[in-house]
Amino acid sequence: MAGLIEIRALALAFTREGARTEVLADLDLDVEPGEFLAIVGASGVGKSTLLRVIADLVRPSAGSVRLSPPAPGRRAVALVFQDARLLPWRRILDNVAFGLEKLRLARAERRRRAGEALARVGLAALAARWPFQLSGGQRQRVALARALAVEPHVLLMDEPFSALDALTRESLQDELSRLCGAARQTVLFVTHDIEEAVYLADRIVVLAGSPGRIVATHTVPAPRPRDRAAPALQETARRIRRDLTAPDRLPA
Amino acid sequence: MRARRAAPLLPLLGLVAFFALWEAVPLAGLVNPAFLPPPSALPGAFLRELRTGQWLAAIGNSLGHYALGLGLGIGLGIAAGTVTGLFRTAEALTAWVVRVLRPVPGLAWVPFAIIWFGVSPAAAVFIIAVGVFWIVYFASHGAIRGVDRDLLEVADAFGFRSAPERLVKVVWPAATPGILVGVRTAIGQAWMAVVAAEIFGVPGLGQRMMQASTLLATDIVVVYMLTMAFLYGVLDAAFTALQGRMLRWRA
Repeated sequence: MAGLIEIRALALAFTREGARTEVLADLDLDVEPGEFLAIVGASGVGKSTLLRVIADLVRPSAGSVRLSPPAPGRRAVALVFQDARLLPWRRILDNVAFGLEKLRLARAERRRRAGEALARVGLAALAARWPFQLSGGQRQRVALARALAVEPHVLLMDEPFSALDALTRESLQDELSRLCGAARQTVLFVTHDIEEAVYLADRIVVLAGSPGRIVATHTVPAPRPRDRAAPALQETARRIRRDLTAPDRLPA
Repeated sequence: MRARRAAPLLPLLGLVAFFALWEAVPLAGLVNPAFLPPPSALPGAFLRELRTGQWLAAIGNSLGHYALGLGLGIGLGIAAGTVTGLFRTAEALTAWVVRVLRPVPGLAWVPFAIIWFGVSPAAAVFIIAVGVFWIVYFASHGAIRGVDRDLLEVADAFGFRSAPERLVKVVWPAATPGILVGVRTAIGQAWMAVVAAEIFGVPGLGQRMMQASTLLATDIVVVYMLTMAFLYGVLDAAFTALQGRMLRWRA
C-alpha cells in the first residue's frame, strides 16, 4: 500500500541575520495507513518544524513531501497544536466546525459532523459554551475534535498534551489511544516524552543531532489496550533513551 | 448592607446636588442670571424651542450629520487601519503622511470644508468624519497588528490562506475588542465635532447655539448643551450594551 505521507531527502535551513541554521537534514519517512507513528526527540531538534513542513506551514529547503490527495469532504492532514488555540469568539461547536467551513459542505452537514466529532471526545454537552469557560484539558479535547472533524488522512499532533497536568495528560492519552485504535486513524505524533511515545505508538522514529536526522526506528510490540508498566514498553523506552543520549546526539 | 443598597442612588444624589448648587449660585446673586441661567429657567426655554419646531429641526439635522460623519469615519478608519495593520509596506509608506495629518485639529479643516463643500451638510459631515477617522484608524491599526499569530497559523493549517479568508475568519473577529474601544471613543468625540462643524452656519444644534449666544439667550444655549448630553448618554449606553453583547465571549 502506498504511504499516506512520503518524505524524501528533506532538508530545512533558514538564514537569520546572515547566520545559516540547519534544522533538518537528509530525512526520509513514510507514514503508512492506520499506523500510529511517534517522532521522539529533544527540544529544538526540529520535530515541530517537521510537522509544520508536512502541514505546508513551512517550506522545505530541499527534498519533497508528498501527501495522498484528500477524498472530497476530507483534508490530507489536520494539526493539533501544543496549546489548544481555540478561537475565543466562537462557541465550542463552531470551533469544531472551523475546518469544515473550508470543505464546501452544507451548513447542516457541517453542524452534524462537528457535533459528531465533539461527541467522540466526550464533550457534546459543552457545544454551546465559550472557550474561556473550559478547563485546559477540555480545550485540548476540543482542539482534537476540530482536527478529527475534517476526517484527515493523517492526524498531526505536536506535543498536544505537554502543557497539561499529569492526570489530565494520562486520561487524554488513554482516550486518544482508544479513539484512534477504534477508527484506525493514522496519526503522526511528536513528543519529547519517551513514555508517552511508547504507550501510544506502533512505531517510533528517533530524531537527534543538529541538524536533526532520524537516528533510529523502533516498533512497539505490545498489543492494545496497553499497560503503562508492561516490560515490553519499558524495554523500548530504555532503547530509545540510549539512542538519544549517545554522545554525538545530545542537543547543542 | 446599607451602603450597598444606597449605592445605586449615589449617582442620582450627585446629580441632584449638582443642579441644586447650580440653581443656588445665580439665585444668591453671585452671578448674573443672564450669564448663568438657573436650571429652573430651562424647561420654559425648552418648551419655547419645541413649540417653534426649532428643537426638533436642529436635532434632526445634527443627528443626520452625526450619523453620516460617524459612519464614514468608522468605515474608512477600519479600512485604512486594516490595510496598514496587515501590510508592513503600507504602514511604512504612510508613517510620515500620518504624522503630518494626524495633529491637524478638526476645526482647522473648517476653511477647506467650506471651500470644497460650501456651507452645506456635506461640509459638516466631512469635519465630523475627519475626527472620527483618526480615532478609529489608530484603534484598528493597533488591534490588527496585535492579532495573535498563533491563531493565524490555525487559519493556515485548516486551509484559509487567502487574505479575505484570513480577514473574515480570524483577523477581524480577533481585532473586534480593540476596534470597538476606538468606536466608543469616536461616538463621544463626534458630538464635539458636530458643534464645531455647525458653528459656521450649517443648520443644526451648533448653529442654533451660536444664534442663541449672540442674542445672549443663554438658557437656550444650555438647553442644547443638555440635549447633546442626553443624546450622547443614550447612544453611549446603547453602544455599551451592544459592545457587551458582541464581546460576550470574553471572560
